[in-house]
Amino acid sequence: MSDVAIVGIGMHEFGRHDGVSGMDMGVVAVRRALADCGQQWSDMQFAVGGSMDSGAADTMVSRVGLTGLPFTNVMNGCATGGTALSQSINTIKSGAADIGIAIGFDKHEKGAFRIKGPRGKDWYGGSGLALTTQFFGMKITRYMHEYGITQQTLARVAAKAFRNGAINPMAWRRKPMSEQEVLDSLMLSWPLTQYMFCSPGEGGVAMVVCRADKAKEYTDRPIYLKAATMRTRQFGSFEVLAPSVALDRNAGPTSDAAKAAFEMAGIGPQDIDVAQLQDTESGAEIMHMAENGFCEHGEQEHMLANGETEINGRLPVNTDGGCLANGEPIGASGLRQVYENVLQLRGDAGKRQVPNNPKVAYTHVYGAPGISGVTILSR
Amino acid sequence: MPNTIAVADGIFNIVDGRPVLLGSRCTNCDNHMFPRQQGCPRCMFDQQEDIELASTGTLWSWTIQAFPPKAPPYLGPVGEDFVPYGVGYVELPGQVRVEARLTVADPDQLKIGMAMEIVLEPLTVDDDGNTVVTYAFTPTSPGGQS
Repeated sequence: MSDVAIVGIGMHEFGRHDGVSGMDMGVVAVRRALADCGQQWSDMQFAVGGSMDSGAADTMVSRVGLTGLPFTNVMNGCATGGTALSQSINTIKSGAADIGIAIGFDKHEKGAFRIKGPRGKDWYGGSGLALTTQFFGMKITRYMHEYGITQQTLARVAAKAFRNGAINPMAWRRKPMSEQEVLDSLMLSWPLTQYMFCSPGEGGVAMVVCRADKAKEYTDRPIYLKAATMRTRQFGSFEVLAPSVALDRNAGPTSDAAKAAFEMAGIGPQDIDVAQLQDTESGAEIMHMAENGFCEHGEQEHMLANGETEINGRLPVNTDGGCLANGEPIGASGLRQVYENVLQLRGDAGKRQVPNNPKVAYTHVYGAPGISGVTILSR
Repeated sequence: MPNTIAVADGIFNIVDGRPVLLGSRCTNCDNHMFPRQQGCPRCMFDQQEDIELASTGTLWSWTIQAFPPKAPPYLGPVGEDFVPYGVGYVELPGQVRVEARLTVADPDQLKIGMAMEIVLEPLTVDDDGNTVVTYAFTPTSPGGQS
């Protein structure tokens, strides 16, 4: 799969922006993506977009232009942005269009997500169980028990995220924080402290995609999609917001999406030069390193201690500070990862540029109720 | 007259002051599910029978809810009255792992693999004076129910 290219990227700064709506940020991202490849909204032959809390994406046409283009709304939890991109890719591959745009934006209230219960059952939220944070605490508690990961390693992940965020002008949290400060912050959901968690936030990202054979008409530095996959959970996987879990164990949708993506791209984890992995909290980044195939379970302990996932390490992970430093506007988050990889592959990542001209880059999102999406990009 | 009432119907019954969890068993592949549902996610068979789940098990994983959940939907005390509580998955042998509140919220007192038993946990008092309860698991007391 190398018949689709990303030619334009645009982002609205992540963080908290009083008086700016989620839709406003989506519109800014769209204008920046179009400007990045010298195109107009009227050049777009289709659009795919989504947000969770900021309204139907297609209503933005009243502001960016009533051109009559087909605009599909998508909503797929944390994979919403990734789904917007994968639907755009499929539209190009089908031959239905030559060029179009994928859009994701969001703006959430402060604090943990307010979730009623699975299937609308209020007993779950009423009993105090409808918090995604609890799942993250329980998944890493079990993982630490099975594979010997320590709380210090959780703190290392967060400290790395804030170091990287500090040199990313688009990030929300741009103040470095020591491992000790992370460990000493408020305990929210054992063993995870306040600064080991990302926060629901605000932001927008858009990207223009086109037929690979036409990419040079729009940019002299196209980035090619080698794979884009999405999977839902199989029986036995341990997922967020689950009142019960089967006794059977399954590796989960991340492993399935990763395997499919590597197969589609015809490469393996050892070929990846930079990776953006879903880090809803520190434990997630650690577990997702193994679930995506970048190491064996338990190896993360020494990989983090040795700095192997730093920007100048063997496998740089979350070079833009990830969800931890950027926050998580659900609709935009997956596209933020792709945006960062495009910058890295173009050599435009500034102070956080991965050295030695990275050629292949990887993104991974995970979300409720057990979905995962992966992309592999190359120059 | 005020009573003790369950947070919702169909999740658990209250029998002799203890909750009995209501689950489903797939009549084709024996998969156990909680809460009750029709349709088996393992074998895709559509016929399940109603069962009562075990009242004891072992702690499979846990965390502690240290900040007040948003209310709504949470029914328990929030703000200054909030009391941290444990949350865990308890493995009911041969059945399923059930997510539950834990009566213990001290990390030093929770260990994966420890024996647990089910109890009622009060959440709030409704407008009629009824005590609204949910189910929770507590470490099995030494010499007590095994």
